[in-house]
Amino acid sequence: MPDPVDPRRFAVVGHNEPKVDAYALVTGKPVFAGDASSDGALHIAFLASTHAHARITSIDTSRAEALDGVSLVLTHENTPATMYTTAGQGFPEPSPYDTRMFNPTVRFVGERVAAVAAETPEIARAATKLIDVAYETLPAVLSIDEALAPDAPIIHGEDEATGIHDAARNIVSVVDVDIGDVEAGIAGSAVAVDTTCETQYAQHVPIEPHVVRAYLDNDGRLVLLTSTQVPFHVRRIVARVLDLPVHRIRVIKPRVGGGFGVKQEILLEDVTGLVTLRTGRPAVAELSRPEEFVSSRTRHPMRVRVRLGATDDGTLRAVAMDVISNTGAYGSHGLTVMSNAGSKTLPLYNRAPDVRYRGRTVYTNLPVGGAYRGYGATQGYFALETAMDELAVKLDMDPVEVRRRNHIRVGETSPIFAAIGEGKPGVEQTVGSCELERCLDIGVEEIGWADKRGARRRDGPWVHGVGMSIHMQGSGIADVDMGAATIKMNDDGSFNLLIGATDLGTGSDTILGQIAAEVLGVPLAKIVVYSSDTDMTPFDVGAYASSTTYVSGNAVRRAAEQARAQITAVASAMLEEDAGGISLRGEAAIGASGNRVTLEEIALRSLYGSDQEQIGATASFVGDESPPPFLASFAEVAVDTETGQVRVVDYVAVADCGVAINPHAAEGQVEGAIANGIGYALTEEMLISGHGRVRNPTLFDYKIPAAPDLPRIRAILVDSYEPTGPMGAKSVAEIGINAPIPTIANAIYDAVGVRLRNSPFTAERVLAALDAVASED
Amino acid sequence: MNVTITVNGEQRVADVAASESLLNVLRDDLDLPGTKDACEQGECGSCTVILDGEAVCSCLVMAADAEGSEVTTVEGMGEEGHLHPVQEAMLAEGAVQCGFCTPGFVVAGAHLLETNPHPSELEIREALSGNICRCTGYGAILRAFETLSEEGT
Repeated sequence: MPDPVDPRRFAVVGHNEPKVDAYALVTGKPVFAGDASSDGALHIAFLASTHAHARITSIDTSRAEALDGVSLVLTHENTPATMYTTAGQGFPEPSPYDTRMFNPTVRFVGERVAAVAAETPEIARAATKLIDVAYETLPAVLSIDEALAPDAPIIHGEDEATGIHDAARNIVSVVDVDIGDVEAGIAGSAVAVDTTCETQYAQHVPIEPHVVRAYLDNDGRLVLLTSTQVPFHVRRIVARVLDLPVHRIRVIKPRVGGGFGVKQEILLEDVTGLVTLRTGRPAVAELSRPEEFVSSRTRHPMRVRVRLGATDDGTLRAVAMDVISNTGAYGSHGLTVMSNAGSKTLPLYNRAPDVRYRGRTVYTNLPVGGAYRGYGATQGYFALETAMDELAVKLDMDPVEVRRRNHIRVGETSPIFAAIGEGKPGVEQTVGSCELERCLDIGVEEIGWADKRGARRRDGPWVHGVGMSIHMQGSGIADVDMGAATIKMNDDGSFNLLIGATDLGTGSDTILGQIAAEVLGVPLAKIVVYSSDTDMTPFDVGAYASSTTYVSGNAVRRAAEQARAQITAVASAMLEEDAGGISLRGEAAIGASGNRVTLEEIALRSLYGSDQEQIGATASFVGDESPPPFLASFAEVAVDTETGQVRVVDYVAVADCGVAINPHAAEGQVEGAIANGIGYALTEEMLISGHGRVRNPTLFDYKIPAAPDLPRIRAILVDSYEPTGPMGAKSVAEIGINAPIPTIANAIYDAVGVRLRNSPFTAERVLAALDAVASED
Repeated sequence: MNVTITVNGEQRVADVAASESLLNVLRDDLDLPGTKDACEQGECGSCTVILDGEAVCSCLVMAADAEGSEVTTVEGMGEEGHLHPVQEAMLAEGAVQCGFCTPGFVVAGAHLLETNPHPSELEIREALSGNICRCTGYGAILRAFETLSEEGT
């Protein structure tokens, strides 16, 4: 455990260093996978299923193959039958092996049936239309209720699939946790709340769609240049699917144009790689925007019921959460997203002695769920924080006060930490940093809570209200996920930092460089950061589970500390001083005497002088806990009582992410997550027809927020120090997205007295709710 | 067919198909991949270029229709040591996260400031309403342009 250090003493950490890749990005340099030259490459296009559930009885590719310029057509008949999961998780993946590269039974509209590789994208697309597929349609399951019906069609009856909890009942996974006796706890409570919320199908919409370029290197090894969050998982899973040794594959992640979880999925690398192996030619696959919506991955829609029991002073006695998660046609992240709906929410209210969690993940013949920023916590918090608001109303208490009386604090724990993990039990942990009280104080002040709550200020048809909610997340998957870093020193006293960690636009290359620079006493410019290349960098699980700052950051800190010890030893010999008194700062080693030797002098001696040795180190880190960041979220909304339209007028998000390694980057994560969450709360919804077809797979019909649609989101970071974090840091990337749905729902209630329990809160839904209340009166 | 377009001050000739977009020609034929391809429907603004003085989505412009036009892409905005003020401001405010939408914002923002050197917050939001960013929530981007608006570049 590092010594607690006053953040103000940091020289590089805690400063707004420009992102190390920002210059290349702002000048439009060709840094993305799709920017690489495609000269001589084959272009891949996909044929998608038009049926929600059907068996392919025949597939004739002869007309497509005959088209001039077509090189190869792939279907289930000429591709590996290996079962796997597309979920890019640690091994063994806690997701069922329920798919193959091309399935002989299609299970949702948009599932790939065939791929064509051709000289141009136009030829490839044209050829997909020449593939003749005969289907035997099967009854489709188009909702959670249909999936769980006693005589429901079975979606995964195939013998080859493994890891499904109960395929005959369409149940992918089950988690049951009982602590104490929740029924007795609720029955014995002075006040009880019972509320059920449902969330919609939503898509990540990274501005860069999935794109992969494959080629063979001079030794015939397969190289995949891919927009991924998980390069090492890509290598492992593609090796399995293509039956290649891992060492015959190199995965390189260049800059990535956003991921938000959807690029934690192996969607194109297998097919692109196979085209290159079969043809010997480079190949490119890139999803169109409609394909990105329909055929990649989505946020698992969930139905979450929360029951609370509390004493009449607002202290929780019992909390019960029942989750049904819809994973769609395949079980990618099915278990773990559902688990996180409880594991990342219930510990927040650790006062209750009786806690129950029931989780079920079900298959449907709908688009496939996957990892999406927030990862189940987002869905869980909608119901939990709605229930807490309802509890406050029943008790006639300030919702802020109800939270204050119940949230977890430093030095405390929750049995849920150990009870629910990711595919296995979690780990016990005690909260080492929590500034939630301070977050609440600031949020109350900044939003004007005291004046605005219950005031229902009118402005024509618009009525204003305020709402709030609180949140926690984690920092990596404790006891599971590992990150590693290598540092080596160069002649001029600079360093190469090689990390498996995966910057998908978050700024992790920059903040990991800052951590190394801080330890080594050099400016960030002297750290040359290179990441995410399976040939060149050490292993890292990749960018997910809010892990990079904490897990990869601790690995970088360790590697830098080891390099520092080597430098200090050389300096000790050069200065003829005790190594214990030597510190590194200003690109020099400074002894207790005040005598100094520059890092360049040390490097030159080490590389060319005496006792020659490459100064450098590789270090790894696995968290034995997952310190939660915390967030207090406040919004002011205006509701148009004539149309039902909701406008977010002001948003204040106050976060405890420990020490912010780069405040600009951390604030950007909070602001961006809140913006994404506002879209999820108000407008973003994949509309699905009665036949299972996504009706709005374009940015015109699926509305994500643009600049005029959002308020000025005020992200505020409080002073905090996480004792186990690198330089006191915790995670920050996911937590913000959990907040807008409950915060806005609670603000709508404050404004107009209606509870929205189905997201998104479109004008139609709000108006219907207003009408329903009016007709009751 | 051959079209001649002046791109970033340089006359370029490309052999284009009738249905080919200007975006495609810029990226694939003229080796200018700074302009991004993200929706091909004119909804995201990642492919924004300045075409004869107007900011347009190059995915919606037929390359053949650009014959004789002047086009400015992000590659024509600034270079090492001489960044465009919009680029400098976006770097300073931390307005670049993943950077995929950034070229579109640089071009649309530069066009805004050329036509309106001191835009209000509302004018900035409106001018950039055709450019979607999924990472930042627009806060840092707005701060960058507000700085420029005050300076009146």
